[in-house]
Amino acid sequence: MAGIPVHAWTLLEAARAIREKEISSRELTRALLSRIERIDPQIRVYITVLPEAAMQEAAARDEELAGGHLRGPLHGVPVALKDIFCTKGIRTTCGSRILGDFDPPYDATVTKKIREAGAVLLGKHNMDEFAMGSSTETSWFGPTRNPWATDRIPGGSSGGTSAAVAAGTCFAGVGTDTGGSIRQPASLCGVVGMKPTYGRVSRYGMIAFASSLDQAGPIARSVPDAAVVLGVIAGHDRRDSTSVDIPVPDFLAATGKDVKGMRIGLPREYFAGGLDASVREVVERALKALLSRGAEAVEISLPHTEFALSTYYIIAPAEASSNLARYDGVRYGFRADGGTGLIEMMSRTRGEGFGAEVKRRIMIGTYVLSAGYYEAYYGKAQKVRTLLRRDFTEAFSGVDVILTPTAPTPAFRIGEKVDDPLTMYLSDIYTIPCNLAGIPGISVPCGMSPDGLPIGAQLLGRHFDEEALFAAAAAIEREIPLPRVAPLEG
Amino acid sequence: MAFEAVIGLEVHAQLATESKIFCPCPAKFGAAPNENTCPVCTGMPGVLPVLNRRAVEFAIRTALATSCKVQERSVFARKNYFYPDLPKAYQISQYELPLAVSGHIDIEGNGTSRRIGITRIHLEEDAGKLIHAGAFAGAQTSLADLNRCSVPLMEIVSEPDIRTPEEGGAYLRRLRDILVYLEVCDGNMEEGSFRCDANVSVRPKGRKEFGTRTELKNMNSFRNVEKALEHEIRRQIGVIEDGDAVVQETRLWDADAGVTVSMRGKEEAHDYRYFPDPDLLPLHFDAAWVEELRKTIPELPGEKIARLSSRYGIPRYDAELLSSSRLLADSFETSVAAFGGNPKVTANECIQWKEALVAGRLSPETIAHVVEDRETGTISATASKTLVEIAIETGKPVRQIRDEKGLTQVSDAGALEAIVDKVIAGNPKEVASYRAGKAGLLSFFVGQVMKETRGKANPRVVQEVLKARLE
Amino acid sequence: MAITREEVLQVARLARLALSSAEGEKIREQLGGILSYIRQLDRLDTTGVVPTSHAIEMGTPFRDDSAHPFGEKEEILKNAPDREEDFFRVPRIIED
Repeated sequence: MAGIPVHAWTLLEAARAIREKEISSRELTRALLSRIERIDPQIRVYITVLPEAAMQEAAARDEELAGGHLRGPLHGVPVALKDIFCTKGIRTTCGSRILGDFDPPYDATVTKKIREAGAVLLGKHNMDEFAMGSSTETSWFGPTRNPWATDRIPGGSSGGTSAAVAAGTCFAGVGTDTGGSIRQPASLCGVVGMKPTYGRVSRYGMIAFASSLDQAGPIARSVPDAAVVLGVIAGHDRRDSTSVDIPVPDFLAATGKDVKGMRIGLPREYFAGGLDASVREVVERALKALLSRGAEAVEISLPHTEFALSTYYIIAPAEASSNLARYDGVRYGFRADGGTGLIEMMSRTRGEGFGAEVKRRIMIGTYVLSAGYYEAYYGKAQKVRTLLRRDFTEAFSGVDVILTPTAPTPAFRIGEKVDDPLTMYLSDIYTIPCNLAGIPGISVPCGMSPDGLPIGAQLLGRHFDEEALFAAAAAIEREIPLPRVAPLEG
Repeated sequence: MAFEAVIGLEVHAQLATESKIFCPCPAKFGAAPNENTCPVCTGMPGVLPVLNRRAVEFAIRTALATSCKVQERSVFARKNYFYPDLPKAYQISQYELPLAVSGHIDIEGNGTSRRIGITRIHLEEDAGKLIHAGAFAGAQTSLADLNRCSVPLMEIVSEPDIRTPEEGGAYLRRLRDILVYLEVCDGNMEEGSFRCDANVSVRPKGRKEFGTRTELKNMNSFRNVEKALEHEIRRQIGVIEDGDAVVQETRLWDADAGVTVSMRGKEEAHDYRYFPDPDLLPLHFDAAWVEELRKTIPELPGEKIARLSSRYGIPRYDAELLSSSRLLADSFETSVAAFGGNPKVTANECIQWKEALVAGRLSPETIAHVVEDRETGTISATASKTLVEIAIETGKPVRQIRDEKGLTQVSDAGALEAIVDKVIAGNPKEVASYRAGKAGLLSFFVGQVMKETRGKANPRVVQEVLKARLE
Repeated sequence: MAITREEVLQVARLARLALSSAEGEKIREQLGGILSYIRQLDRLDTTGVVPTSHAIEMGTPFRDDSAHPFGEKEEILKNAPDREEDFFRVPRIIED
């Protein structure tokens, strides 16, 4: 890896270097902490940095390694988490004022698993408040910037994690995806992001936005890196009733699989009007890459696609309105001062503690569930969700994976859409159907816009067939070499 | 005009599980404030519920015992409302698809049997406890103890088939007995592990349509439920007879004043926004599981009462008393079966010593022994009571106590003759009067013999010997 | 779809959200726009379609009924904005 600065190494490279004692975890961790210190003020990714704890963990990993003990595939590698995963003893904010300095009494399963795999936790990443947003502008801690163009958004809601991976301020991270919150920022930041099949990764300890859609997944600088991280965090968890008891395959091995004969579905509804020309061009490059390796293209139809956004904007806010009701100022987090009586305390706490986007969605969700409207909105949306799922089931009878754009445009400017919720919501138009169907999806970098902004393509797969996605994404990655990190220097 | 009441009862029974319904915290009462809590039941960010299998099995067994149809697929739903004793600000309950539907319980009274329909049985979690410090301390605050949060509750909703307060009481008692028989609930109403709300309306007799109903809450004993129903029915009839209309509302029973009081104005118009809980998948039951559980259903109170009275020839009333506890009925049967004692006498003894028998401080063997000894005349009724009391206190075998304390009675006529003769010899005046026709003096002689024997003689035998000697 | 101010207030009350009048007005406009958009679903005939409420189709798993105390009460209580001994303290409930 001569000539490549440590912060630009892939996670696999870093893990190997530690394992083979070419570098210590302490050296690597120190290098990244120092890069965070220099770079982070420009992009504002970290809500919490843990310099002392990270150095202590690194020292412990080095010591274990010296004693011949290797915890797992992430041994000694500095990574970070979206600030949506509970970390015992470490403030967890979900990008919201309402959580105050919430100090979780327990670790999320994802947190536990990355620690068990040997990772060093550098800190917690910024995000749209409660993962509601597509730009990381709704965070109480201020917007994160895109490392490729700091006047632009990094996407969201896992914008912090995507930007950090792109900026080389961590080797990989774990984000969450409810309607595209991993894939869309991964696309906009030029990194790899996967939303696994619903039920693949435990949701225990991951602060809920929309429970039937939320799923945690890896954000990394390469497809094999993402595969390794998913291998670490995946698996059945008895604490999550929606976690599926199914074996975790060797995802890393899947990235080396041949795509010859793989049938690639191209849904015509995803390539219709509204798609940015540069995005279309990049997705076509991805297709060419797959075809050049022997895959076949099949034109398909997902007829209910146009209804996905509406369905999502009923179901997600409805679930969120209930999930976020617990932030009432009673047991933890922020409590508003003043006022008299319980109801006023709760209402003021929530009025002051939540930002505009969260309040908007709570209002939508409360409205669509309220008496007299349930059937027209929520009931209807659940039925359309069935139709959307059926679209995919039918499509996958003829294809192995589906190729689409990840986001309709490259990164937009900070502030550009913040006051126009509907336009903002359209950023997720290609990623949302995947969550409604519960299938896995990955975004892989495929090129740059004329303005030098990264653009990704999305691959969707059958339930629990992440392996096909890793194989196809790795093939694309090998065919289309792109810069590993954003050219940011502090 | 004659009126008739239409009553439906909603029971919340706390299930006797070890742990809570969605987390492994102990479900026991009486812990220090917030001692039995964890991140899940206090609604910390990120936590998820996992369903307690035993709570489900308890509910299925109840459903089977009340002839309900267990639904192949039922769904947990969130009931959304804000209150400081409800940490998630929603209660996990069941709404559209409950665990079981369409059952019934038969109740007997006045020699007839009535079938009360059961609409549904579902599972849900309990809320915490709020202490209103301000009410007595003048403070401006309330205190939340979340120990009870997520303790499993089973809601059993009856059809509006109940017509009188007595029927309501009978239904409730029978339902409580069934739950206790199944060992799914301790049935303690005063402590709140068996709670009841009522929906009440009245209508002119003969009319099909229901009148406007009120919901009654805060009744914490069987007697209070009956009293509250009685009062509310009378109140509603009064309202109608005054030419007014009954208002649909929730009313609280004030046990001290003996009246129901409107909660109007203290209640928000609720909109619970029920929807399926995305954190819990649907509950699926296959027939094999249900059949497996059906095998665990014991003989139920109704069946037991009928069987005990017909098999042992004891009065139905005794059979009902015995069947009020499965353990008591078992003690009765064990006692009769093992020692062949008189069922009626055994039943009386069992009923008299119910508390000790049920608490396990008294064995069916003891009952059998005293019944046997009384039948053979070895002990007197008075001695029998004393013996049982000592047995409960000391735990010693009752016959050992009998012998140690010398509480046997003399029933051997030969052995009593000498004493009888002595008494006759010592009371010539009385003997003369008796022989002259003062038959009432017999009890005087019996008393004298008893005195001589320090109460150990069998009075029946003494009487016989006396009569023979005096004639 | 026009939403009235009263509807916004009613929903905000249900959701326990204190909104300033400017906020309320903005939400009223945006909510109207969003609801109009999502009513496009009315165009779809969903007669006979079974609703999907979960992303996966399986029965809910169970845990065995054994009690394991969490054992760290202070961890539960330490985040409380206000407490009295081992209770969470909240303002008095005022009926409106």
